[in-house]
Amino acid sequence: MQSFANEIRDGLDQALAEDPTVLVFGLGVPDPKGVFGTTLNLQEKYGEKRVFDMPTSENAMTGIAIGAALGGFKPVLTHQRLDFALLSMDQLVNNAAKWHFMFGGQRNVPITIRMILGRGWGQGPTHSQNLQSWFAHIPGLKVVMPALASDAKGLLLSSIYDPNPVIFLEHRWLHNAQTDVTTVEPIPLGKAKLLREGDAVTILSVSYMTIEALHAVDVLQQQGINCDLIDLRTVAPMDWPTIEQSVKKTGRLLVLDTGFKSFGIAGEIMAHVTETCWSSLKHPPARLTAPDYSESTSPALTKDYHVRAEHIASKIGEMMETSVSVEPILSQRGPAHDVPGNWFTGPF
Amino acid sequence: MTPELAKTLSHGMRRIRTVEETIAERYSDQEMRCPTHLSSGQEAVSAAIGAVLRPSDLAVSGHRAHAHYLAKGGDLNAMIAEIYGKVTGCARGKGGSMHLVDEAVGFMGSTAIVGGTVPVGVGLAYSLMLNETDDIVCIFLGDAVVETGVFHESLNFATLKNLPVLFLCENNFYSVYSPLSVRQSHMRQIHEKVSGFGITTEDGDGNDVAAVHEIVSRTVAGIRDGNGPAFLEFSTFRWREHCGPNYDDDLGYRPDQFIEDWNAREPIGLFESQALAEGSLTQDDIDALQSGIEDEVKAAFEFAKASDFPPASEASEHVLAASMMGSLK
Repeated sequence: MQSFANEIRDGLDQALAEDPTVLVFGLGVPDPKGVFGTTLNLQEKYGEKRVFDMPTSENAMTGIAIGAALGGFKPVLTHQRLDFALLSMDQLVNNAAKWHFMFGGQRNVPITIRMILGRGWGQGPTHSQNLQSWFAHIPGLKVVMPALASDAKGLLLSSIYDPNPVIFLEHRWLHNAQTDVTTVEPIPLGKAKLLREGDAVTILSVSYMTIEALHAVDVLQQQGINCDLIDLRTVAPMDWPTIEQSVKKTGRLLVLDTGFKSFGIAGEIMAHVTETCWSSLKHPPARLTAPDYSESTSPALTKDYHVRAEHIASKIGEMMETSVSVEPILSQRGPAHDVPGNWFTGPF
Repeated sequence: MTPELAKTLSHGMRRIRTVEETIAERYSDQEMRCPTHLSSGQEAVSAAIGAVLRPSDLAVSGHRAHAHYLAKGGDLNAMIAEIYGKVTGCARGKGGSMHLVDEAVGFMGSTAIVGGTVPVGVGLAYSLMLNETDDIVCIFLGDAVVETGVFHESLNFATLKNLPVLFLCENNFYSVYSPLSVRQSHMRQIHEKVSGFGITTEDGDGNDVAAVHEIVSRTVAGIRDGNGPAFLEFSTFRWREHCGPNYDDDLGYRPDQFIEDWNAREPIGLFESQALAEGSLTQDDIDALQSGIEDEVKAAFEFAKASDFPPASEASEHVLAASMMGSLK
């Protein structure tokens, strides 16, 4: 069995090994913890010129990644939290996303920016933001959000070899997820993955929400409700054909997003589906997301903050106008709501 | 000075001046429909560095980039066509005056956000270091860039990695209408502040092309020798308004004495009077240079005007690249 974090590390290792133009840098990349284990021993293996720690200069280091890309390299820049990458929005939005466009398609900027999404254990307002919609809003950026450990490596390799700037969002709660599937081939960006099949409701999910959704869907199945569960994997570009095909079959849409509710990915998907699948809809499209306020630090204030499997199952029951028991989900829950599992003991 | 170098410097300055003044003259035709920041009066620094850099050296710049692009060898026709929004422009009309590029001669791009290309230049220098060449990157910047955070972040990294990069600052003392005195502490000059990073710094008279040439030649040679990054500050004077073809000194934002002092030190006249006196240039040389430039500039405007606009379908193109392209490696 391999963990999600190991899959990321193996992806970086493979890219560094097979392509001498790949560079990996970020705060803490060569340190003893190796960014939650995702960059361990890479500097020893590939040297300090290709794998290196960096100054606390997110904006300049993003511009330096762009310059190195223009100079023929494929940099992978890592931020231990998305929230720190906000310091680099100028270079990301004005340069990385625009370079190909503003110079008339002459050059591309093959950079990958890994950003880790925090949750729980007191991450609080500035270590837990899921701002995928910010990046997805910018033409010229691709946004990848792996959920399954078995997809992590393939999606990362595709991101590194993509000719465009790719924002690769890793949810911290997924790092310890396990897989026995060893993916070697890159997984194409922009392709969603159907994880469960059914005709009741189309559930679209991203990143960690897919894990909660899997629990919900399996419990619902035991109660005779079968749903399409589609893990988006890439939110920009979005796999609209797969989404439309499923909604036209089920007539019901539930979107799950880790981000704030308003002006987010979920709202965009609902708008698109109402535009393209209106006549197929049997129920108003629905969404379950983070609320429109920041995550607090105290565990007393985060208890009802995040969407969990029981909320998903209840929502499906509501949409199907049938009663659903969430007891099988609740009975499996550990006492702590603010950790992904017993493996997580902090600090971040 | 050799007659050859004197001609190169005179030609470099005159070519930039003629291009810029022709743009100013024709801007009111309303055919160049983009914000345009002219370099008239600031030609000397560009002409001098242009005579020192090789085609394989790289350069990036900001919003006032015409002179830098031309000095690096950028294609004149493509620049004028870009300002006219034509498909033959260096960015196919996507970028305009503030987004110039000519990778064939190492001009890697200019962009419109102050300080925005400084880290890009440092990243290019990192790629040169990895590729073990003795080429360098020249980052053109103005006095306002020194106020951005990304400038200091970039200097730190360039110094940390001992990268082959020249930070070339033209200080014209004004950011739009805001004088240096309301933007930076007068306790230190710009080059003194930068010297705190421990890199080579020097300042000079940016209207004295011979002096600039001497300093940049020496500095660039040091960078090629592996001495690491250097920062040069040259004071100079922008003739016209920050953005656009007009003079705006009627607004009174620059003291009369300041304007008079700088006008008395107009760079082309300053250099050529010395060169004529010492015999490195003749009036016939100058006349021949100017005549050739005027023909070239006239042809460039004719090329731009005769070129097609990009098809409307290109508006939505070039958002995402389909494949790796045009890489230096």
